[in-house]
Amino acid sequence: MPRATSDAKLLIQSLGKAYAATPTNLKIIDLYVVFVVATALIQVAYMGLVGSFPFNSFLSGVLSCIGTAVLAVCLRIQVNKDNKEFKDLPPERAFADFVLCNLVLHLVIMNFLG
Amino acid sequence: MAEPEVSPAAASGGGRLRNAFGGVLCAITLLLIGVVAFSIRLFSVIKYESVIHEFDPYFNFRVTQFLSKNGIYEFWNWFDDRTWYPLGRVIGGTVYPGLTLTAGTIWWLLNSLNIPLSVETVCVFTAPIFSANASWATYLLTKEAKGTGAGLMAAAILAMVPSYISRSVAGSYDNEAVAIFALIFTFYLYVKTLNTGSLFYATLNALSYFYMVCSWGGYTFIINLIPMHVLLCIVTGRYSSRLYIAYAPLVILGTLLAALVPVVGFNAVMTSEHFASFLVFIILHVVALVYYIKGLLTPRLFKVAMTLVISVGLAVCFAVVAILVALVASSPTKGWSGRSLSLLDPTYASKYIPIIASVSEHQPPTWPSYFMDINVLAFLIPAGIISCFLPLSDASSFMVLYLVTAVYFSGVMVRLMLVLAPAACILSGIALSEVFSVLTRSIKFQLSKFFDDSPTSSGDSSPESSTNSTKNENRNEKSETAPKEKPSKKNRKKEKELAESVTVKPKKEKRLLVLPFELSVMGILLLIVLGGFYVVHCVWAAAEAYSAPSIVLTSRSRDGLHVFDDFREAYAWLSHNTDVDDKVASWWDYGYQTTAMANRTVIVDNNTWNNTHIATVGTAMSSPEKAAWEIFNSLDVKYVLVVFGGLVGYPSDDINKFLWMVRIGGGVFPHIKEPDYLRDGQYRVDAQATPTMLNCLMYKLCYYRFVETDGKGFDRVRGYEIGKKHFKLTHFEEVFTTHHWMVRLYKLKPQKNRVRGKLKKSKSAKTSSTLATGQKKNPWQ
Repeated sequence: MPRATSDAKLLIQSLGKAYAATPTNLKIIDLYVVFVVATALIQVAYMGLVGSFPFNSFLSGVLSCIGTAVLAVCLRIQVNKDNKEFKDLPPERAFADFVLCNLVLHLVIMNFLG
Repeated sequence: MAEPEVSPAAASGGGRLRNAFGGVLCAITLLLIGVVAFSIRLFSVIKYESVIHEFDPYFNFRVTQFLSKNGIYEFWNWFDDRTWYPLGRVIGGTVYPGLTLTAGTIWWLLNSLNIPLSVETVCVFTAPIFSANASWATYLLTKEAKGTGAGLMAAAILAMVPSYISRSVAGSYDNEAVAIFALIFTFYLYVKTLNTGSLFYATLNALSYFYMVCSWGGYTFIINLIPMHVLLCIVTGRYSSRLYIAYAPLVILGTLLAALVPVVGFNAVMTSEHFASFLVFIILHVVALVYYIKGLLTPRLFKVAMTLVISVGLAVCFAVVAILVALVASSPTKGWSGRSLSLLDPTYASKYIPIIASVSEHQPPTWPSYFMDINVLAFLIPAGIISCFLPLSDASSFMVLYLVTAVYFSGVMVRLMLVLAPAACILSGIALSEVFSVLTRSIKFQLSKFFDDSPTSSGDSSPESSTNSTKNENRNEKSETAPKEKPSKKNRKKEKELAESVTVKPKKEKRLLVLPFELSVMGILLLIVLGGFYVVHCVWAAAEAYSAPSIVLTSRSRDGLHVFDDFREAYAWLSHNTDVDDKVASWWDYGYQTTAMANRTVIVDNNTWNNTHIATVGTAMSSPEKAAWEIFNSLDVKYVLVVFGGLVGYPSDDINKFLWMVRIGGGVFPHIKEPDYLRDGQYRVDAQATPTMLNCLMYKLCYYRFVETDGKGFDRVRGYEIGKKHFKLTHFEEVFTTHHWMVRLYKLKPQKNRVRGKLKKSKSAKTSSTLATGQKKNPWQ
């Protein structure tokens, strides 16, 4: 058991060290994802307290959070310099795609919010 | 294929010119394919007239008329009180709006450009236009998987495949006309996103999926096939970040967009049809996280992390799955809708929902219908599957998965052969294109060897072969399977071994299969003949089998062509000789046509959403006259419409459908029992028929005065004389019978206004007693 806990501690330390080595722009995107997921969790907790009527508002709120999280992760994938597949994709193009997809997502959300 | 001695600059210029020429040729070919796809569907317009076919298209046509007259806001909020009397139907919330909005938009666009086409013309020609679009979408999809040659081949095949023609002739204004285009286009955008990893195409993919959801209930096929493919990629170790970009935005955006369509609404998150997509979404995130952490840690630490995560994760997983299973199992259909469940369990519908089982399109297909509908493609598909494996990419694995699932579903329901058609065309296009490239390469190689008979011939062949893609021995069996049906198989095998020894000599880097010259020429000629057979069959199928508008019938006899226009005759009579608010009762098949053409309120129609209402009409048709009159009077019915084919031999009439009325009615009202209408288990209407059969309303309305036509009452469809020949109707009166007796209209006789004075007292005693006995039998009081 102590072996396991020391292993776990070592694991978390090495994870932390490896993560600290990632570039700042990627860390900003990660922070954004964490914020958005936290918002989604708060919304789900609120729904648990208050009930799910009107359901379309709840759905649009939660899905907009998860949607922006997913799109941010896609942006992170495309902007990451370690990613061989997206070597010749300029980060401006990736960001433009991200903005466009977010626009479409939020247009749909506005329509569905009710 | 530049010669080695030409200078590089001229070679690149020649290459560019060749590329440009190839591009123009490709564009012209695509245009011609579009023209073929459009024109082959015009047979019914040429043979009959520009009219809407069948039953369902009439409803879509009526909705489009409403949309064009009243605008889109009225359409979204439309409550239709002219069907399902007295319940009505919320059209805005129960119809798939894609087709209607598409045709409405085209009509509005053309009219604003001052091209005054009527709504009917636009509706009739929507399907051929969108099938041209569908063949271009097939070109794009196959190009993503295998290249331009395969794309052109697949597009040409799809333009003509009979299965797709059957649901998209000019006049067949039904959902599948635009839905198949949306299906192929969505798949194209998915594969394109998978190949390029671009978020822009992912957005377009979600929007195209939205168009598909708007158009057809079959969109659940997409939202289950794509997660299956993602799972397949993960399980076979082909996970990549492009897969994440292709799938994750589609799920979120797609679910939201699907929930926007009123028909789907919250079903997008609550029914089992969509759960697969959410499950795979979660699995994909877990896999993505695992790969990410694997990239961060050293291998030893990664193992530690895995053991920790697995032990904790399994416990959490079990809990979540248990909750989900409990939720789903609590509903009797496990959360699936009736139609989807009947796809997974083909015996479900016949046991529980007789209405779904009674539709002829929902029956399993017979073997000949495969060869009728996809013809030559049926044995090109296995060659295509093998070709997809050499080499296996994400796109080609998607094709194979699409084909396998489509084959299963087409085996369950004949209507879904339509979903098999694009898959069959794509794989056959791939197979044919590969065969052609091998054969033409062999011819070129053999010819070049023949013309430069010098030692440098081997040197010439290597730049030629290096410009081709890599192939290996597996090509042997693949090119053998394609010309399988050709004669002289044994000779070919022997010559192949000779060819092997030829190819071993010149190159060491790539082994390309080259066949002997005569063989290649023979192969190409025979394949062209095969294509010719396919085209001939497709044109024949389009002209003879699938172009009947079924609202107008024709038959040839010694004195020329007879046209049976009885349906429209009856609807026109109804619309001219009855009040606007009169209700017409008929079997549900004719509901859409009656509301669209006769413009009268009906009791039940083809939407079949209320089984009890249909059972009510079925019970009325199966009851004796008085009971039927009571039922119809309680529904405010004025006219009853029956279809009778006995005089001319039209087999799809109401007497042949009568047993379904009995079954459906008996499913809800237990006093209708099917064995009462059968003599010794056999359904008959001649002298041996049961008294219940001979006294029921359907028999009486169909055969009233029939004996006057030939004196004997010989029914041409059933092939014998009818049982009860001379009878009078007490509660109904005949108002109209069409020229060939195919449609017969009856009016409910009003109740007697007053009774004769002398009989008043005894009559009142009689009525009270009949009322008492009536109360026991009649379930309406």
